[in-house]
Amino acid sequence: MSLELVFEYLFSRTFFDGAVLTLLITITSLFFGVLAGLVVALLQETKIRSLQVVTLVYLWLFRGTPVLFQIIFIYNVLPTFGIRLSAFLSAVIALSLNEGAYMAEILRSGLQAVKTGQRTAGLALGMTKAKVMRFIVIPQAARIVLPPMGNQMIGMLKTSALVSVIAVEELLLVANQTASASFRYFEALTAAGIYYLALTTIFMAGQFFLERSLDPKRGRRKAAPAPLIERLTHMTETAETR
Amino acid sequence: MRSQDHQPLLDIINIDKSFGALKILKGCSLKVNRKETVVVIGPSGSGKSTLLRCLNLLEPADSGAILFDGKDIAGDLRNAPAVRREIGMVFQNFELFQHLSAAENIMLAPMKVSGLSRSDAHDLATDLLRKVHIPEKADFFPDELSGGQQQRVAIARALAMKPKLMLYDEPTSALDPEMIREVLDVMAELSSDGMTSIVVTHEMGFAKRAADQIVFMESGQIIENATSEDFFSGTVNERAQRFLDQILH
Ligand SMILES: Nc1ncnc2c1ncn2[C@@H]1O[C@H](COP(=O)(O)OP(=O)(O)O)[C@@H](O)[C@H]1O
Ligand SMILES: [Mg+2]
Repeated sequence: MSLELVFEYLFSRTFFDGAVLTLLITITSLFFGVLAGLVVALLQETKIRSLQVVTLVYLWLFRGTPVLFQIIFIYNVLPTFGIRLSAFLSAVIALSLNEGAYMAEILRSGLQAVKTGQRTAGLALGMTKAKVMRFIVIPQAARIVLPPMGNQMIGMLKTSALVSVIAVEELLLVANQTASASFRYFEALTAAGIYYLALTTIFMAGQFFLERSLDPKRGRRKAAPAPLIERLTHMTETAETR
Repeated sequence: MRSQDHQPLLDIINIDKSFGALKILKGCSLKVNRKETVVVIGPSGSGKSTLLRCLNLLEPADSGAILFDGKDIAGDLRNAPAVRREIGMVFQNFELFQHLSAAENIMLAPMKVSGLSRSDAHDLATDLLRKVHIPEKADFFPDELSGGQQQRVAIARALAMKPKLMLYDEPTSALDPEMIREVLDVMAELSSDGMTSIVVTHEMGFAKRAADQIVFMESGQIIENATSEDFFSGTVNERAQRFLDQILH
């Protein structure tokens, strides 16, 4: 065991690049995942039958199979249909579509949690539907969906490790390759673990500040958003499976 | 004085409304004069809320006309936002915006719809909160206010658009008994200041105090429409009388 080697890995170019790639995959997939979720949530709000069927099939496919399966499928099976994508692109597409299926549910429940009476009250004041959406529904829905969305985001950081199976040089693959070349498993994996912990902690802090900034009673609320320590204990108590 | 001022502010002519196969309003007609208060009573499910919702176009009437200030508003739903600006509405469950303070609830529509500056809207909110007797609650959020206080903020919020007509849909029926009075007092003050109002309520004390006209609805029809004096001197339709006996005993 060598702490020095851990530090050496930690500050090495390959590990740093791996961590950057992990972050890039996570953020890109989150962006398109939230977008996909928003589209699905809005499609479900429209009462058009055919669109609802399409979204149901999508949710069924992506929630009914493992993410790992989806990643491998997109990377290995699509080329036989003439669709050739880089490993990075395959990874991002698979993770985005998977994330979208979960985000849709969160966003839909957020929009529905704002009762129709609130919209009616806005309309009755002479506001247009768009203004009701922007100034009444979305601000209230945002506060409802933020905590579960934050958890999804942290989950994505961890799920991104799965794309190592299609040879994307992200953090876990880098660590594993380094270890099998040098037989320094402890040092290589510890360095990767430190990166992961640093990234999840940053995400959690971001979530905390975002929730606080959306709190209308900033500063003088009895129940402030859960502090970091509470989030950590919560994270260790709830098991999420994908 | 404009010639229009002699016309009723609101003239509802024979409106019908169905939900699917169910006829909810069957040929309702009603005139509301300027500065007058009309109280609407009737059993649950008789169509009172639907009638109010048709007036500010939250529900489109199937047929008939609604002359508001001389113009037929029933025909064209594209004008709905403009019409609703002139008609304030107060709901049974208050429906204050949960993410905004009392003052911000009142300021939202003046700022986003009428384009008032923040400071003008704030001054307006301060005035209105004084008018409903809770100036000290400006920075409180809905979940920090009692039901009676919330409903008074809701009234102030509706008044902020300077409506020509106020609609109240059972404004006190979700309130604890000890808070009903404070809300009815505010409404009665507005009525006596000349705010034209339609009030769905079973508070007959309020009707006696503030109403000029009393309307009884049953099964989607207006089956009694009397001046307050006639109504309370007992010269009313038998079915209305039976309903009154029920709610008074
Ligand atoms: N949006 C709607 N869709 C279908 N039925 C409705 C709708 N709104 C009201 N109704 C029906 O219309 C009838 C009258 O309702 P309402 O106007 O709320 O009566 P009231 O306010 O007098 O109690 C009720 O039977 C109610 O179930
Ligand atoms: Mg009703």
